[in-house]
Amino acid sequence: MILEKVKEKFLDDIYETYEFRGDLVAVVNKEIIRDLMKFLKTDPNLDFNILMDLTAVDYLLEDRTPRFDVVYHLYSLAKNHRIRVKAGVDKKDLAIDSLVSIWPIADWFEREVWDMFGIKFTGHPHLKRILMYEEFKGHPLRKDYLYNKRQPLVGPKN
Amino acid sequence: MTMSQATEVKKTRQHTMLLNMGPSHPAMHGIIRLILELDGEQIVNSDVEIGYLHRAFEKSSEQAGYLQVIPYTDRLNYVSPLINNMGYSMAVERLFDIKPTERCEYIRVIMSELSRVCDHLTCIGASAMELGAFTAFLYMIKAREFIYQGIEMVTGARLTISYIRPGGVKGDLPPEFEAHTRKAIKETRDVLKECHKLLTRNRIFVDRLKDIGVISAEDALAYGITGPFLRSTGVDYDVRKNCSYSVYDRFDFEVPIGTTGDNYDRYLCRMEEMEQSLRIVEQAFAKIPPGNVMVDPEGREIPAAMMVDLAKMGETEGLIQLEVNLDPTLDGTTKRYFDGVEADEKRAVLPAKEDTYGNIEGLMQHFKLIMLGHGIVPPKGEVYQAVEGGNGELGFFIVSDGTGRPYRVRVRPPCFTIMAALPLMINGGFLADIIPTFGSVNMIGGELDR
Repeated sequence: MILEKVKEKFLDDIYETYEFRGDLVAVVNKEIIRDLMKFLKTDPNLDFNILMDLTAVDYLLEDRTPRFDVVYHLYSLAKNHRIRVKAGVDKKDLAIDSLVSIWPIADWFEREVWDMFGIKFTGHPHLKRILMYEEFKGHPLRKDYLYNKRQPLVGPKN
Repeated sequence: MTMSQATEVKKTRQHTMLLNMGPSHPAMHGIIRLILELDGEQIVNSDVEIGYLHRAFEKSSEQAGYLQVIPYTDRLNYVSPLINNMGYSMAVERLFDIKPTERCEYIRVIMSELSRVCDHLTCIGASAMELGAFTAFLYMIKAREFIYQGIEMVTGARLTISYIRPGGVKGDLPPEFEAHTRKAIKETRDVLKECHKLLTRNRIFVDRLKDIGVISAEDALAYGITGPFLRSTGVDYDVRKNCSYSVYDRFDFEVPIGTTGDNYDRYLCRMEEMEQSLRIVEQAFAKIPPGNVMVDPEGREIPAAMMVDLAKMGETEGLIQLEVNLDPTLDGTTKRYFDGVEADEKRAVLPAKEDTYGNIEGLMQHFKLIMLGHGIVPPKGEVYQAVEGGNGELGFFIVSDGTGRPYRVRVRPPCFTIMAALPLMINGGFLADIIPTFGSVNMIGGELDR
């Protein structure tokens, strides 16, 4: 029902919808992400008011385009349902719209995704690293960042 | 003082001071840095810097097989590791489509509710201590110690337990566990009563907590805050009730709700939640389906050591029919214990040690599960599984690419979202109010920074 409603509204920008082990998933075009999220949040029948999680997955080993998926988990308190939205981001254009204006928590989640995957969020007020230190080179959760790679710890600047 | 008043202060006065609170500050448990802009004692602006305990949990999880991630999950929220184990195991089970046995589900519920009590005891005790109530801290740690002893009895460890695993649990409950836990529940209830007397209407304590660190329900939802923190603002959301998992729907318990969302409400919510968790444990003991009990033909339990002693003296007559009663947390777990607590799914569950050491099938099964590339292979896909952790919704998002190791493991740490909203609660207040507010967050570095 939820997926049908989303498909109806955004038509060709929803690439794929499916259900796996009870989780509803929608794969969407990254250009519509902010509109889609606004719709999911405000539509009275969907009412997804909590952004539970925001993360990314690097599909380098599967050798596909787009290389990254930004994954959003939404939850509706009133309707008690969940949805997962995936938007592909390719390495040629590593950017997607920020959701800070819709959910303030997206601020920290997006900073983490930037830190770990190097995906930029356009419209984010201060996109900087959150778990790693500013001088850290590379993005550690990318599949081409070797697990045993070591870097010297550079102290804070101030 | 509201936010707008604070900014007015900023306009009229010229000089503000920058103060670093942390990364290691004696009154803040956990390493975290608060950068504060102060006007006198008032906080004009603040920034939270995290990441000091980052140890690449998510990266490490991609390196080994599904079963080998379990020890890493212990170290996420290290005050209630059993809940982390459970969340991860349930996510993997859904990926594999395995169902654990009935008895196993009850054991998991008992263990995770005991962990929740530990979590809240630590949180309230530590934050009371920071406000000068050292007695309450000692009382609560005493109660926690009783529960820890029970956990140690079952899992063999206090902190890094790795007890709950995909497909089941490491071993059955030892026979004396129920009596011990009932005693521990009584002790904990006494402690809670004492602490209520000491704290709940204590003038100093209430003055430090009431109307401090207030957050509205709208803000809390916008920041994705869950758990006792959200409930203290009056929003009724508990993963155990709303998206019931395991066998939680079979228990009768209430979800305490606050009204104002200040530190005092959070304290009351946690206090009441402990009582509810103890109720769940009691009900679970009443309902748990029986497991295998090891007795000799006369109905007496016989420990392994005694059997060895008898054999050394040559008194082996009749022993051949006996089953040895081994401690289920030791390596020599008796095989029959396993049938009750492990799923039948051979491709996912580590065999009993008797099988591993005793026959070729068991050895092969163990080898295949432990060696990379031979073990369990889930279908391609991904799952998100949420459980109610001590601080709120603890979510595991696991992506499988159809090989033996997880392609990506993502943890949604509950206190991450609360820390993001911390400036909202402390801005405009006094410097000293950071301590009770921060204490009520119950920040756990291991889970926040992963």
